[in-house]
Amino acid sequence: MPIQVLLVEDSPGDVRLTREAFRDINAAVQLHVVSDGVEAMAFLRHEGAYPNAPRPDLTLLDLNLPKMDGREVLACIKADDTLKTIPTVVLTTSDAEADVAKSYRLQANCYLTKPPKYEDFAALLKSVNDFWLTRVMLPQPRASA
Amino acid sequence: MKTIDEKDTSINVLLVEDSPGDVRLTQEAFREANLSVRLHVASDGVEAMAFLRHQGDHVDAPRPDLALLDLNMPKMDGRQVLAQIKADDVLKTIPTVILTTSASDEDIAKCYQLQANCYLTKPVQLDAFDNLVKSVNDFWLAKARLPNRQAE
Repeated sequence: MPIQVLLVEDSPGDVRLTREAFRDINAAVQLHVVSDGVEAMAFLRHEGAYPNAPRPDLTLLDLNLPKMDGREVLACIKADDTLKTIPTVVLTTSDAEADVAKSYRLQANCYLTKPPKYEDFAALLKSVNDFWLTRVMLPQPRASA
Repeated sequence: MKTIDEKDTSINVLLVEDSPGDVRLTQEAFREANLSVRLHVASDGVEAMAFLRHQGDHVDAPRPDLALLDLNMPKMDGRQVLAQIKADDVLKTIPTVILTTSASDEDIAKCYQLQANCYLTKPVQLDAFDNLVKSVNDFWLAKARLPNRQAE
């Protein structure tokens, strides 16, 4: 059973690292990548280029994105009755307390700061996989609204 | 009265759990995994809310860094506690992890609708239970960024 993970990330380097990490760690993960907040919402709403996008089992959301930033995406997701049950994990370079506080206020399921070193970043993704994709009971996918 | 400016590096975890056996297992798991954890236990939903609101016996209760919440409890169940936490502007930023025997799709769906941060089903086997609590420690208390102690 494939696990659908949506990665909302504008840095091509981080996208690549994430793809490689999941490829090594969990072959069941199908990673979908969008590189700005507008694309993220289109994917989630099955609009524009994404009429058949699968509903993510988990979303990894960067904060600093072009067009619509991750804070806005998070607010939109959590204000939407259909989307708000998708576990949304903020994964960002920002370590600012204000960003952490705001994300939890907006009901991010959790907040992770990307470590600068590759090995540590890969280890963090492994722990995301181990916790969220093997231990956590994720909500069952719902029929598209 | 709290001492002002005392640097407190302990991590406060609130366990809302009515089964004494599960309380003990959880205490032991945290004791082995993380000496910084101070585990506070409430054995029903009413006590949990009193703890969180600093009422009754819990006037000086610390704000939890993480809450582990059982669902099926006397007086007020975990679903109601979750709903109250997430409806409260001050409390809703406390990461709240459901930790229950229930594996029902209905309970899982409901808890995510109520904005539980995540949902875990307790394994029956002791070793597996211990392992699960340790994974909570490893992810939430060592990897995740938690909101600052001070309520805004």
